[in-house]
Amino acid sequence: MSFKHKHILGLEELTAKEITLILDTAESMKEVSERDIKKVPALRGVTVCNLFYEPSTRTRSSFEIAEKRLSADVLNFTLSHSSVTKGETLLDTARNLEAMGASVIVIRHPLSGAPWLLAKELNSSIINAGDGSHEHPSQALLDLFTIRKIKGKIKGLKVVIVGDILHSRVARSNVWGLVKLGAEVRVVGPPTLIPRYIKKAKAKTFYNLEEAIKGADVVIMLRIQMERQESVYFPSLREYSRFYGLTREKLKGADRDVTVMHPGPINRGIELSSDIADDASSVILDQVSNGIAVRMAMFYLAASAGRNQ
Amino acid sequence: MAKKVLMDSETIDRTIVRITSEILEKNKGAKELVVVGVRTRGVHIAERIVKRINKLEKIKPPMGTLDITLYRDDLRRKTEWPKVERTEIPFSVEDKEVILVDDVIYTGRTTRAALEEIMDFGRPSSIQLVTMVDRGHRELPIQPDYVGIVVNTLSSEKVRVHLKETDGKDEVIVKKG
Repeated sequence: MSFKHKHILGLEELTAKEITLILDTAESMKEVSERDIKKVPALRGVTVCNLFYEPSTRTRSSFEIAEKRLSADVLNFTLSHSSVTKGETLLDTARNLEAMGASVIVIRHPLSGAPWLLAKELNSSIINAGDGSHEHPSQALLDLFTIRKIKGKIKGLKVVIVGDILHSRVARSNVWGLVKLGAEVRVVGPPTLIPRYIKKAKAKTFYNLEEAIKGADVVIMLRIQMERQESVYFPSLREYSRFYGLTREKLKGADRDVTVMHPGPINRGIELSSDIADDASSVILDQVSNGIAVRMAMFYLAASAGRNQ
Repeated sequence: MAKKVLMDSETIDRTIVRITSEILEKNKGAKELVVVGVRTRGVHIAERIVKRINKLEKIKPPMGTLDITLYRDDLRRKTEWPKVERTEIPFSVEDKEVILVDDVIYTGRTTRAALEEIMDFGRPSSIQLVTMVDRGHRELPIQPDYVGIVVNTLSSEKVRVHLKETDGKDEVIVKKG
């Protein structure tokens, strides 16, 4: 099977087969990271630009390492150092980067849909590294990869996603990916933070964490995004933490081998009690190293599709 | 489509016996050997060579598999990129005699990619190439050290090594294009 998408924008528009191909390719890419010389020549001569309009350490670093392991030339463009602060529009900036030879653009932007705009207007391959509260495909793919590695499969697993579902692009991409691969997806959070697409995606909604967690194989905790709480969705952080923070007590109803995941960075004591955070930390660090392999796979497949068109 | 059998199952067996003996003769035993097969069919030929070495020398050299996709020189223009499979070399190649095994040698480009990939794992003392078929038409200065059969072919013809593990039976055939 060949991959047809020159741009990887979101999981909503990928099929189960395409998602599985990305995960399988990542499986092969992971080996490269285990070598002494962690580099292969596949993208030699390709210039990749990381265009980040939001602060990010781990996602940007992970993309950059993935690009370098494939031998691409890397150009980093971050908000504070760029001409964006001088008033240049997104499209003008991106066109300039393309003129400098970038043929793949990785973009993170606070506005939902920004990567689609670039995909429509430019010739480059566009990889979405997170747009507003919409999609974050690379994070979801690495979550899927990690779950598949730990559990050996995704189909039939009960996966609970907890917290601010409304503002979370990680949640949205994960819901689409998990549902497509046949998991039973449950989302749980305060009613004000459950968006409408959940119904369309055929995931189940819960408002009570203990109920949602019954028999769960995987629990994905989301970060409360202080920066996106433009109005008041819950009375207080303490109340939120009491109802939706994960503690050992609340985890008792889950499957004995339950895996707790978190996209990071963790607000310790809010979404995760500190002891759960410590238990989960090995998986969380696994997620970080799997992220590099998954992003290498995304580059390889998108570049291959780009060559095809 | 016209098809001609170049080697049957028995010939392939005998060839592996001969090649293994040549390898052992040239390297004075199997002590420093590691065997690396190029995916997909080179891996199965490599497995048979390892088995034979084990039978003769009572030593089982380490075996690895190589997927050269990420090292191809045609990625920049190939329309359909192949799926990347896993490379597994779970041992050091440093100062080893690496026996590189592929089914067919043609342009030499696969071998070039394989050589580059092996070098990324360390500095072997030598790399020696085994191929079941040498069909000519080299585009690079690369020659095998151990060959099953040398055949003159047209570029339009297809040479296929079929193995029990992947194709149900052992044979080498040439098909008119």
